[in-house]
Amino acid sequence: MKNEALTVKEQIDLKNKKLVTKLVWLVIGSLLFAFALVPLYDVLCSLTGLNGKTSNTAAVISMAKVDNTRWVNVQFTTNVMPGLGWNFYPKQSSVKLHPGKIETVIFVAKNTTNEVATGRAVPSITPGIAAANLKKIECFCFVNQSLKPGEEKEMPLRFFVSPELPKEISDMTLSYAFFPAVKN
Amino acid sequence: MSTTTVAHHEEHAEHPSGIMRWLTTTNHKDIGTMYLTFSLIMFFVGGSMILAIRAELFQPGLQLLNPEFFNQLIGVHALIMIFAALMPAATGFANWMIPLQIGAPDMALPRLNNWGFWLLPPSAILLTLPFTLALFGIGDGALATGWTFYPPLSVQGGIGVDFAIFAVHLLGISSVLGSINIIVTLFNMRAPGMTLMKMPMFAWGWLITAFLLIATIPVLAGAVTMLLTDRHFGTHFFDAAGGGDPIMFQHLFWFFGHPEVYILLLPVWGFIPQILETFSRKPMYGYKAQVYSFWAIGALSVVVWAHHFFTAGMPVPALLYFMYSTMAISLPLAVLFFCWIKTMWKGSMSFETPMLFAVGWIILFGIGGLTGLMLADVAADAQYHNSYFVVAHFHYTLFAGGIMGIMAGTYYWLPKMTGHMYSEKLGKLHFWLTAISFNLTFIPQFFLGLAGMPRRIPDYALQFAEFNMISSIAAFVLGFSQLLFVYNIVSCARGGKKATDQVWEGAKGLEWTLPSPPPYHSFTEQPIVK
Amino acid sequence: MQVFKKIGLGLAAMLASLNACAEYAWNFPLPATPMATDTLHVHNKFMLIAMAIFVVVLVIMIYAIFSHRKSKNFKPVTDKAPSTAVEIFWTLIPFAILLLIDFVIMGIPAYHSVLMMEDTRDKATMVIKITGSQWRWQYEYMDGDAQGIKFISNLSTPKEQTEKGYQGVKNEHYLLEVDNHLVLPVGEKVRVLMTSTDVLHNWWVPQFGSSRVAVPGFIRETWVQIEKAGTYRGQCKELCGKGHGYMPVVVDALPMAEYKAWVATKKEELAKASAGADKVWTKEDLIANGKLVYEKNCAVCHQITGAGLPPAFPPLTGSKIANGPIFGADGKYLKDSHLDRVLNGVRVMPAWKAMLNDTEIASVITYERNALGNSVGDMLQPSQVKEARQ
Repeated sequence: MKNEALTVKEQIDLKNKKLVTKLVWLVIGSLLFAFALVPLYDVLCSLTGLNGKTSNTAAVISMAKVDNTRWVNVQFTTNVMPGLGWNFYPKQSSVKLHPGKIETVIFVAKNTTNEVATGRAVPSITPGIAAANLKKIECFCFVNQSLKPGEEKEMPLRFFVSPELPKEISDMTLSYAFFPAVKN
Repeated sequence: MSTTTVAHHEEHAEHPSGIMRWLTTTNHKDIGTMYLTFSLIMFFVGGSMILAIRAELFQPGLQLLNPEFFNQLIGVHALIMIFAALMPAATGFANWMIPLQIGAPDMALPRLNNWGFWLLPPSAILLTLPFTLALFGIGDGALATGWTFYPPLSVQGGIGVDFAIFAVHLLGISSVLGSINIIVTLFNMRAPGMTLMKMPMFAWGWLITAFLLIATIPVLAGAVTMLLTDRHFGTHFFDAAGGGDPIMFQHLFWFFGHPEVYILLLPVWGFIPQILETFSRKPMYGYKAQVYSFWAIGALSVVVWAHHFFTAGMPVPALLYFMYSTMAISLPLAVLFFCWIKTMWKGSMSFETPMLFAVGWIILFGIGGLTGLMLADVAADAQYHNSYFVVAHFHYTLFAGGIMGIMAGTYYWLPKMTGHMYSEKLGKLHFWLTAISFNLTFIPQFFLGLAGMPRRIPDYALQFAEFNMISSIAAFVLGFSQLLFVYNIVSCARGGKKATDQVWEGAKGLEWTLPSPPPYHSFTEQPIVK
Repeated sequence: MQVFKKIGLGLAAMLASLNACAEYAWNFPLPATPMATDTLHVHNKFMLIAMAIFVVVLVIMIYAIFSHRKSKNFKPVTDKAPSTAVEIFWTLIPFAILLLIDFVIMGIPAYHSVLMMEDTRDKATMVIKITGSQWRWQYEYMDGDAQGIKFISNLSTPKEQTEKGYQGVKNEHYLLEVDNHLVLPVGEKVRVLMTSTDVLHNWWVPQFGSSRVAVPGFIRETWVQIEKAGTYRGQCKELCGKGHGYMPVVVDALPMAEYKAWVATKKEELAKASAGADKVWTKEDLIANGKLVYEKNCAVCHQITGAGLPPAFPPLTGSKIANGPIFGADGKYLKDSHLDRVLNGVRVMPAWKAMLNDTEIASVITYERNALGNSVGDMLQPSQVKEARQ
C-alpha cells in the first residue's frame, strides 16, 4: 500500500513539475513581451501618429501630384531644452502650401557658449493624425548637430505634406525640441 | 479508496515550534495565517499614512507636512495598500481555503509557497526604509511620484524611486510564485470528481487572477527595470532626447495596472457569492454565467489600459476604441451583479456580519462600477481625470470592492480558521461604522472632483474647504473603526464560543465538512466529490 | 426605460433644489466654452443613467432584504437548479440592458463629444503655446497681432500664506492667483499647443472642459473658445513634483476691443523692458531688483536663504558656480559658469533665457553673487546678458 501511495505522489509531483515548467515559460514570455513592446510601440506610433511622433528617416521625394485644391498651413515652433546653450528658431514662423509641394524652411541655430556643443532635435507634430503625413526629405533632426563656440548655422528642412492628409486638417504644427545630445 | 490516499506529509510530520515554525513552515494554513497577519499590519501602516494626509487636508494651508513628504506618503500609501495589504489578503485566503475547498491535502508546491511569503516583509521594508533613511540624512525620502512611477518625474527622483523599484520587483516575484502555486494546485490537486466546472467560485476567481498576474506582472517588472536603467545606466527608453518617449511608460504601466484592478477584485467576486448563498440558504444563481463573466472580464482587462491616460493625447480612433472597450467591461459585470442579487432573491436571508459586509459590498462596489462607466467617456474624463472624482471612484472599487470584501471573507471564515465564534455585536458595529464613515469620506470627494480639485495636491483653494473637512473627519472615524476589527479578530483567535464544523447554518462546500479549526493536515483521506 | 427616466428626473430635481440652497458645488463649475457645455451635458446624462441603474437595483435589493429573510420565516425557493436555457435567458437581460446603455444611450453622445474635443475641422483664429516648467506656466502668442508676446506666469499668493503653520487670513483666490494672467479674446477659437521642458504637466481650467498633458519634447494640442468675458481659474493636474499644488492657471477672457488694447500695452511693456537692457544699472539697483526676481522664480527650489534642498536642489550659498568667474579671457561667458547655468539650465534647472528678460537675468545673478551669504563683489549688466544671448 505504501509503495502504491508513493507512486501516486510521484505521479502528482511529475505532473506538477510539467505544469510549473509551462507556467515559467509563460512568465518569461510576458517578460520578453514587455521589452518587445518598446519597438512595437514605435511602429504603432509611426503607423497611427500616436503621440505625434514622426519618422526619423528621410522620405523619398514625392511623386504624388500636387493637390492644388487646398491649402495647408504648417506652423513651426522650437524649444531649446535645459543644458544646451543655443539659440534656435525658424526663419519663418509658418508656411502655407499645397499638399504634395516640396518646401524648404530654414532654421537658425547658434551656439552662444564658449565650448563645442552637440545637440539633437526631436520633432513632434500635432495634431497626431497629421504626423504620418508630414514627410521630411532632408532634416537636421536625422543626426546630431555640433556647433563650435559662437558658431551660427542655418539648418534647412525640406519636406512636403502628403496629399493623403485627412481633409479636415488645415493647420498643423511642427515642433522641434533641441536636447543636448546624449552619449551613445 | 486506497488509490486516492495521498501520503503527502511524512517529511514534515512534526514541525518545529517557536519562530522556526513560521520561518520554515510549508503548511498552507500557517502560510495563509502569515499572509493574513502581514496584510492586516500593512493595512494599518498604509492607513496611518493616509490619516496623516487627511489631517493635512483637514483645512486649507499647510499644517503638518511638507509638500515633498506629502507626495511621498500618497505614493507609498497606494503601493502598500495595493501590494502589501489587498493582494496578500487575497493570497492568504487562497492559501487557507483553496486546499480545503477543493479537497487537497495542501498546496501543490509548499516550499515555493514559503518563499513567496517571505519575500513580502523585505519588500515592505524596502518601500518604507527611505523614510527612515531620510531622518538620518541619507537621500531625500521615499518615492514621491505617486504609485504610478511616471517618468520623467521618476527619473528625476531620489533614491526612494530605486527602493520602490526593487520593492516592486520582490513583490512581483512573490505574486508570480503564489500564482504558479495556485494554478498548479487547482489543476492537479482537486479531489476526484471535482471537475473545473464544479470548483467553488473562489477557486475560479483565483484561477483567473493567477493567470492575469502571470501575464502582467512581468510587464510591470520590465517597465520599472527600464526605468531603473534610464536612471542609472544611460538608456533612454522614456527620454525624448535619446529617441524614447515618456508616454510609453504609461502604456507599459497600465498594461499591468488595469488588469491589476481585476487581480485585486476577482478573488473577492469569488467568495462573495459563496457568502451570499450561505446566508440566503439557497444555492448561488448562475454559476456558469459567473464563470464565463470572469473569463470575459479577465480577457477584456488586458485590452483597455489606455483609458487611464486619455488626456495624454491619442488619435481619435484610439480614443474611441479604448472608450468602447472599457464600456464593454460593464456587460459581464452586469451579469455578475444580476447573479449576486438573484442569489439573494427569495432566499431565507439572515444578516450575520459576513452577510452585512457582502450586501454593503454589492451596493458600494456598484457605485464604484457605475462611476467607472462614466469615467470611460473620453470627453467627461478630461474633467474627471486626476481630480478627486477619480480618487473617490477607485476607493469605491478598491476599498469597498476590495477591502470590505476581504472583511466579509474574514468574518465568514474566521470561525473556521480559529475554531471560535467572533463577537457578532462588535462585528456588526464594525460594519456600520465602516460603511457609514467610508461613504462620508468619499462622497464629498466626488463633489470635490467635480468642482475641480486635482488629486495629489498638499494644499488647496478655499472653495474646497468644507468637503475636505467632512472627508477628513470621516476618514479618521473610518481609520479608528478598524481597531474594532483587529480586536475582534484577536479575541476570536484567543478564545470564545466554540464554532461548530459547519459554522453557518447554510454553509456548503468541503471546507465546512472539516472540524473547526481544521487539523494541521487537512484531508488525510481525499474526499470524493459526486 | 420610462421608469428609469422618471426616477432620474426626480433625483435631478432633488439635486437641483439642493444646489439652489447650498453654497457647496455639487457639479462641474459653470461651463465657459462649447466643449465644457457639452461635457457637462454628457456628464449629467451619464450621472442620471448611473443613478437610475443604482436606484433600481437598490430598490430590488432592499425589497429582498426586508421580505426574504429568515426572521420573517420566508422559505427559500425550492432548491431546484434552473435549466440552462432559463438561466441564459435571465442573465442575458442585464447584458442586453447594459449593451443598450453603453453603446447607444451613452455611446452615441460620447462619440460626438470625442469628435468635438478633437475637432480640427473648424479653423482656429489664433494659436497660443503653453509650456509647463517646474512650477510655472509660460505663454507664447504664436500669430496675429500678438505674435511675439511671451511671458511666464507664477503663483502670486504671498509666500507667508502658503508656508507651514500660517494661521492668518488667506487671499480670496488662495493658490489660484498668478502674477501674469493669460489673456484671450472672447468668442475666438484658440488652438492651444502644449509642451513641457522637464516633467509631465497638465494645463487645466475646469470651466473650459479641456485638459491635455504637456510632455517634454513633444507637442500636443487642444482648443478653447471662451463664450463669456471673465476670469477663469484652474491648476496643474499632473503630479509634477513638490510644487505641483502651486502652479495655478488664470485666464482673463476679454472682448475683442479690450483684448486688442491689452495686446498693444503688453507689446509696449515688453519693448520698454528690452530697451531697459541698454541702460547702465548701479549694483544696488540690480541687487534690489534681483531680490524680487529671485524670490518669485528661484526661491521655490534654492530657498529664500539660498540653502537649497540638497540633493535635488543645490545650495547657492558658497556654491562654486555662483562664486566662480562668469567670463573667460575672450570675453565670452564660460560653459558651466553662473550665467550659463541661468541662461541655459541643466537637467532640472530650467533654461531661463526663454522666460526672463536681460534685466531680470542680470539682476538675479548680481543678487545671487552678492547676497544669500555670497560676496563676490562683481556685477552683471543687462547689456552683457543681451550680448551673451546673441
